Order: sequence, then C-alpha cells, then structure tokens
Amino acid sequence: MRLPVSQKHIPLLSTVAVCILLYAVASILYHNFFSLRVFANFFSDNSFLGIAAVGMTFVILSGGIDLSVGSVLALSSILAAVLMEKLGVPPLLAIPAVLAVGTVLGLGMGAAVRWFGLPPFIVTLAGMFFARGLAFIIHIESMPISNSFYKAASAWGLEVGGARVPLTAIVFLAVVAAAIYVSGWTVFGRNVYAVGGNEEAAMLMGIPVGRTKLLVYSLSGFCSALGGVVFTLYGSSGNPSAGVGMELDAIAAVVVGGTLLSGGVGYVFGTLIGVLIFGIIQTGITFQGTLSSWWTKVAIGILLLLQKLLARPGTQRSA
Amino acid sequence: MSKNLWPAVALALLLAFNALFTPHFIDLEIKDGRLFGALIDILHRGSRVMLLATGMTLVIATAGIDLSVGAVMAIAGAVSALLIKRTALAVPEVVAIALAVALVAGLWNGALVGFLKLQPIVATLILLVAGRGIAQLLTDGQIITFERPAFEFIGTGSLLGLPVTVFIVAFVVAVTLLVTRTTVAGLYVEAVGNNETASRLSGLRPGLVKLLVYAFSGLCAGVAGLIETADIKAADINNAGLYLELDAILAVVIGGTPFSGGRANILGSIIGALIMQTLTTTILMRGVGVEYTLVVKAVAVVVVCLLQSAQFRAIFFRRAPRHEASP
Repeated sequence: MRLPVSQKHIPLLSTVAVCILLYAVASILYHNFFSLRVFANFFSDNSFLGIAAVGMTFVILSGGIDLSVGSVLALSSILAAVLMEKLGVPPLLAIPAVLAVGTVLGLGMGAAVRWFGLPPFIVTLAGMFFARGLAFIIHIESMPISNSFYKAASAWGLEVGGARVPLTAIVFLAVVAAAIYVSGWTVFGRNVYAVGGNEEAAMLMGIPVGRTKLLVYSLSGFCSALGGVVFTLYGSSGNPSAGVGMELDAIAAVVVGGTLLSGGVGYVFGTLIGVLIFGIIQTGITFQGTLSSWWTKVAIGILLLLQKLLARPGTQRSA
Repeated sequence: MSKNLWPAVALALLLAFNALFTPHFIDLEIKDGRLFGALIDILHRGSRVMLLATGMTLVIATAGIDLSVGAVMAIAGAVSALLIKRTALAVPEVVAIALAVALVAGLWNGALVGFLKLQPIVATLILLVAGRGIAQLLTDGQIITFERPAFEFIGTGSLLGLPVTVFIVAFVVAVTLLVTRTTVAGLYVEAVGNNETASRLSGLRPGLVKLLVYAFSGLCAGVAGLIETADIKAADINNAGLYLELDAILAVVIGGTPFSGGRANILGSIIGALIMQTLTTTILMRGVGVEYTLVVKAVAVVVVCLLQSAQFRAIFFRRAPRHEASP
C-alpha cells in the first residue's frame, strides 16, 4: 500500500505518533496526568532547552552542529544576574545586552566556520569551553536575582481554561512560532535548507552560502542567550554551571524530532515535538514515583535509536 | 616525523616556558621509591586522555567520531566497583569483566555505525546519553567506594619510580603503533576513512573495519575508566569521564589527525593530550584560577586549528590554499 504522504514527512509523522502514543499511555497509567496544568508544565519546564533546541534546529538543517548552546545559556544567565544584581542595570537594558553577547559569540563561531573552513564540531567545541570558562570568570557560583520587575515577570502567567501558562512557556511558544515562519516562509529559511541539502549546488545556484552560515550560528547564539534569560526567569537566578550537557539534550530533541543530522531535512515543528517527548518522559517518570530519573536518559537513548532506525531508508546518503 | 613537528614544538615551548617561569615546575623528588613532581603529574593525570585519544585517533581516521567514551568510562568504573564491593572475584577477573563490558559497548557503537550505517555522531550520541543512565541504574545512583589495594594499584601504584598509569599508556600506545604500522590494519583504517567506496571496491569490508575500530575505542575507554576508578577508590558516575570525550577529540585534532578521516597520527594525539594536560597543570601551578582553564584551552584549540586551516594560511601568510581543501 502506498501511503499518501511524501517520503520526507515520514520521520516527522513517526515522531508525532510516538509523542501521542507516549502521552496516551502516560495518561492512562497515571491519574491526573491528562490535565491542562501538566500539559502547560511541559512547555515551561523545558522552555530554555526548547529555545536552545530551536536555534540548534537551524544549525543542523544547514548541515552544521552547535555544541556551545549549554555554555552560552549558562554564560547568559549569570551575565544577566550580575548585570542586574551587582551593577544595578535595569532589566530592559540588561536583557538586550545579554542577547547581544550571545549573538556575537555565535557570530564569532560562524565566522570561523565561514572564513577559515574549520569544522563546526571543533569550532563550537572551543566555543563551549570558552563560554563556560567566561561564565565562571564572571561569577563562580549561582546568583539569585531579586529585581522586583523580574520577580513580577516570572510570577506572571496567562490563565487558559483553569491552567496558568507562565511567561517562560509563552516565550518558548513564540520562539517556535517565529522559527516555523522563518524556516518555511523566508528567503533565509529556504537558503538554510538549500545549504544543508547540498552546499555545492547551493553555491552554484548563487545562494549566499557563507552569509547563511554566519546567520545560522548567530541565530543559534541568540537563541541560547534567550534560553539563558528564560532560565533566569524560570529559576530567579543565574548559574554558571547551568546547562551542562544541554547541547546534547538539544541535539537529541532535534534528532528525535525527525531532523537529519546530515542537514537539509527536518522541521522546527518536529523539534517542538521532540522537546514535548522529553517532557512527557520526564514527567511520566516523576508520576511513576519509584523509577530513577536516570531512566529518562535511557529512554531518550532508545528513542534516538528507534528514530534513526525508522528513518534509515531515507538517509542513505553520505553526510 | 615531520608531521609531528609543530605539536611537539608547541609542547616543548610550553614546557620551556614553565621550566623558566613557573617555580618548582621541573623539580623532581623521590619519596618512598617513587618520583614526584609536576612532570610526573602531567604524565599521570594525562593518562586517561592519552588512552581515549589513542582509540579516538583510529575512529577519526575512519572519518567517524566516538562521543561515548566518557560514558563508557563511567560504565566500566561502575562495573568494576560493583564487582569488587559485592563479589569475591579476584582483581584480574574484575578487570577482565569490566573491560569486556567496555568492549561490548564499543562493539555496539561499531555495529550501529558499521552495519546499520547510522551517522557516527548519532550512533555514539545514543550511548553518550543513555550510557551514564545505565551506569546510574547499575549503582542505584550511589557513589560506590571500596578498599582493595590490588585494584587501586592500577590507578595509584608505581613501578620503577614511575606511576603504573604511565606503563599502561605506554603499553597500549606501543601495541597500537605496532599493529597499525607493521600490519595492514593501519592501512585498512586509513583506506576506509579516505574513500569508503574505493576501499569496498578494492575488497575491504568497511563495516567490519569500523566495527573493530569502535570496539577498540570502547576498550581504550574501559582502561581509562578503570584507571579513574582505581585512582579515586570509587565509582562516581556523575563525574567519571565527564567531558573527557571532548578533551580526547581536541587532543586528536591538535595532534594533526584531520577530521575528514583518512589519516591516523597516534603519536600526534599523544602529544596533543600532553599539551592539554600541561596547560591545565600550568594554570594550576601558576595560581591562576581554575575557572581560566576552559578559556585558555578554548583559545589554544582555536589557535592550533587556525594554523592548520588552509584558508587562514592563505589569508595571513599569502600562500595559496592547498587544493585538497574543500571550498
């Protein structure tokens, strides 16, 4: 039987199916799991991971990888905390400054990839060390934020049908919406797919390959910094050791979401589903009560494997 | 040997700088029939990354990557600590079982890459993400501590005045060099990395070569995990080997093995690992905050990579880029 869907949608559809299945199973097994409040928490608990994963999606779509997201997130969170608490910078100035720093870091890594032809893996690995080190140099330990504007912002939430959707979740969803638009309906978005699909062909077609790469890494830096800001909203503190290993969680979310690491194939929407799957597994294990939280890691590993094995026939091209 | 010239010069300069400006850096003293000093410390502490880098060099030479080595270290450590604590097995048996588990982990990676044709980054990412979880489940999330002098010898003992770890590294590196230089194994590895299709057409079995290479990398990680566990007399899953996969990859790249595969330079990787460790020790001994270690490492890596980049040389040294470089 021929399915009425195109081959390239299969990874995404299988991910959506897995997500619905997991959600259904958890809802049947655990009392109260199927509630709007729990559902809203999927988005707020994973908001910073999700935002970083959205930036990562663009990088992976362009055929690259960004290992620096966790460190840039930590750097941004502690930078925001120090700016506001120690230096008394108002939040409305501090936040843009933090976002600018993250973007510039991304731009720097993009420049090394674009002009010197260094492998993205190595460049962003160095970026990861650099940002993490910088975060520790700025402040060695976690710093609480007592700014009243910040307190108000992190306590604020939108009431939807009896559940409160916090600001962090709203920012995450807004980022996803913007990213879906940018990836699907703008010239930059199409260029990203073209560069990731076949760089040489893209270059011969006159697509600005170099500029696209620069922008992709800058965008990822921006997203990581925004993730850091959301992290400070979520926990009311900045922490230089936040997000250790988060780059790998973000990559896992993107890949589970059906995006191919070889570039050119995938959707931002898939990443949203990938992050949701993360949330469902995590919350399910909490609801279960007796399982170690480390099962989350094992489950994600198994999902990664299944996803790649399912998507395998479509990936028979060299990376 | 000329290909190892620049990394060796960098290491020599680093050591010379320390010898001149860091107090007590070249001091060696003998206590209880054992040498102590910063130089010995670099060899001892660098042993884990040197072991990982040896396996990683071969993996990268097949145009692959092994992200799981840190997690495999944690698994091997957990297995050995549990066996010592809960069974009456003799130390050689414990070591053999732990290494066998690490070998299986490597074979798993190799099977995914070699036969199921998953991308190396994804295939080994699976074990990186899940491996530490598996190790946590083995130990119930506890740090397993133990007392068994015969096992601790692997990490803390000394032979002829030098740490045992130095001999372990020397043995592994010597065997690897012997096998890759004097048999066709090295040629096979480089052939697969250089052009997989061509290697298949000339009668090689790339899948099998990859399987063995990843298995070897797992084994090296197992040895490193045993050293770490024996050194601290405990299996600490959260921290054992954390981020060491990245140190190992950096060591390989600094040593001049290209990411694109096709060439394996094991001695270069060893020099790279020593450079990384010397940097860390220098920072510690000069009283610079530990927090600067990461920034210094990052800058060092970027500088080394830029010097190796054809485009960079073309721009700054007005030399035409080599044609082998991609656009």
